[in-house]
Amino acid sequence: MIRFVARRCLQSIPLLVVVSALVFVLIHAAPGGPLAVYLANPNVRPEDIERLRRALGLDRPLWQQYGAWLWAFVRGDWGYSFSDGRPVVVRIVERIPATLELVGASLSCAIVLAMPAGVLAAVRRGRWVDRLATLLSMAGISLPAFWFGLLLQLIFAVTLGWLPSSGRATPGGGDFADHLRHLLLPTAVLAIVLASGWSRYLRGSMIDILSLPFIVASRARGVPASRVVLRHALRNALGPLIAIVTVDAALLVSGAVVTESVFAWPGLGSLFTEALARRDYTVLMALLMLSSTAVVAFNVAADLVHALIDPRVTAS
Amino acid sequence: MRLPALVILCLLAGAVGAPAIAPYAPERIDLNRRREAPSSAHPFGTDDLGRDVLTRILYGARVSLAVGLLSAAVAGVCGVAIGGGAGYAGGALDAVLMRISDGMLAIPRLPLLMITAVVLQPSVPLLIVLIGLAGWMETARVMRAEFRTLGRAGFVESARASGAGSVRVIVRHLLPNAAQAVAVSFTLAVARAILLESALSFFGVGVRPPSASWGNMLYQAQTTLGTEPWLAITPGVFIMLTTVSVNLIGDRLASRPPA
Repeated sequence: MIRFVARRCLQSIPLLVVVSALVFVLIHAAPGGPLAVYLANPNVRPEDIERLRRALGLDRPLWQQYGAWLWAFVRGDWGYSFSDGRPVVVRIVERIPATLELVGASLSCAIVLAMPAGVLAAVRRGRWVDRLATLLSMAGISLPAFWFGLLLQLIFAVTLGWLPSSGRATPGGGDFADHLRHLLLPTAVLAIVLASGWSRYLRGSMIDILSLPFIVASRARGVPASRVVLRHALRNALGPLIAIVTVDAALLVSGAVVTESVFAWPGLGSLFTEALARRDYTVLMALLMLSSTAVVAFNVAADLVHALIDPRVTAS
Repeated sequence: MRLPALVILCLLAGAVGAPAIAPYAPERIDLNRRREAPSSAHPFGTDDLGRDVLTRILYGARVSLAVGLLSAAVAGVCGVAIGGGAGYAGGALDAVLMRISDGMLAIPRLPLLMITAVVLQPSVPLLIVLIGLAGWMETARVMRAEFRTLGRAGFVESARASGAGSVRVIVRHLLPNAAQAVAVSFTLAVARAILLESALSFFGVGVRPPSASWGNMLYQAQTTLGTEPWLAITPGVFIMLTTVSVNLIGDRLASRPPA
């Protein structure tokens, strides 16, 4: 087990190098490069820019710059925000709780929706439950998330007036119930989009597994149907599902950029769109790097969980 | 598969025939008829400049469908070349190409495209290329897997034994057998590209006004959601109609037994 963990961690290092190199190239492609903000400022003289360029090491060969940048990133030195001058780390850290709250709520709801839908559709394959689940999940996969968010706002906030249309709490406080009411709509958007993909995936792998000989054999030996489905089939289908769930969870770290912006949810996703509107490249790059790293790290974590559920994984 | 295919054909016909069918000129501004609710003169209403929404939907279809289909084509060509190359060659080339693909998959697609779009301020053709370049990894993975399994198959072995070169093996034996898998990943790429274009335009970094795309129509409709909801509902319905149809076609293709 320890060797398996160590190997998976080592394997992810080249991946992180590729990811960071891609992000670094993107920074350098930005107009004016990392000094863009000073180039636009008439109070900064050309010789000052030249001095800054040397001070920041921008006159060194590209690979040395990449090394220095990567080292700084690893130590948590992510530079300063162009728009308000505060350290990027501070701006990101203050947004994390809101994102974690939204991501946690939507992941839990999505799992609660997707598991029964996927299992039922597979067991009752071709019947009306399956047709309904397929129809709903195809609709969910095809939904533009931002439009779905707008529709929910239109129905539940504008027309019916039942729920607040945006934000995380009513300004000037707001109790737990108020908080929950704000959480409801963005969670619904994310959970429905995620659950659609997952239930579809679970249905597929359950159908494959339910036709395997060991399932047929257990049925023939008189194992109750519910036990066959839940203990034997579902357990085998969980591994691949967990892999997908974790990657989706990691992608949500950068936010549910779309959903957070539509509902003005003050998390990392809104930070991203705010930074985008102000061309705040340092914040944008840090967020992109952070979320890509999260995807790689969560992938390793998913493998570990899979190995815990299914001992055959470590053996191979 | 018939109904979804019919929907896509109708949308394509509407897009191609937009100049002939559209009741008004796409950029005709009529300030006396701003924000009108749907009526017989304007079946989908008018927007904040008095432009006819139906007309803009038809012209927007040209942009949105072109971006969807062409960028999926870019992604498909890159994916087939990279995945096929990796699967056929194996060894170091395979390892390098697949690490790059994994790296690209780890970077969240929409944020990456949003930053790139801000940096490059793309025209529609460049936008097509960018969305395509952000979407080749899935096809590449599928192709690589197909080429690796097919490469070991008996009929490929016997083709080689009877003197077929690499080019012949790839063109005559491997590609035709991988076609179904590629077709499925193409449909998924089309739906994804349409959603990406609309999201980029919705955030104001994709297709720029005054040209209409379904995404930038939604961008403009955001602020008037409470008073003129039809402006936000119509483009979204068309986006979803397209993506549902394309996804359904892909689903049927995937469940069809191989020829």
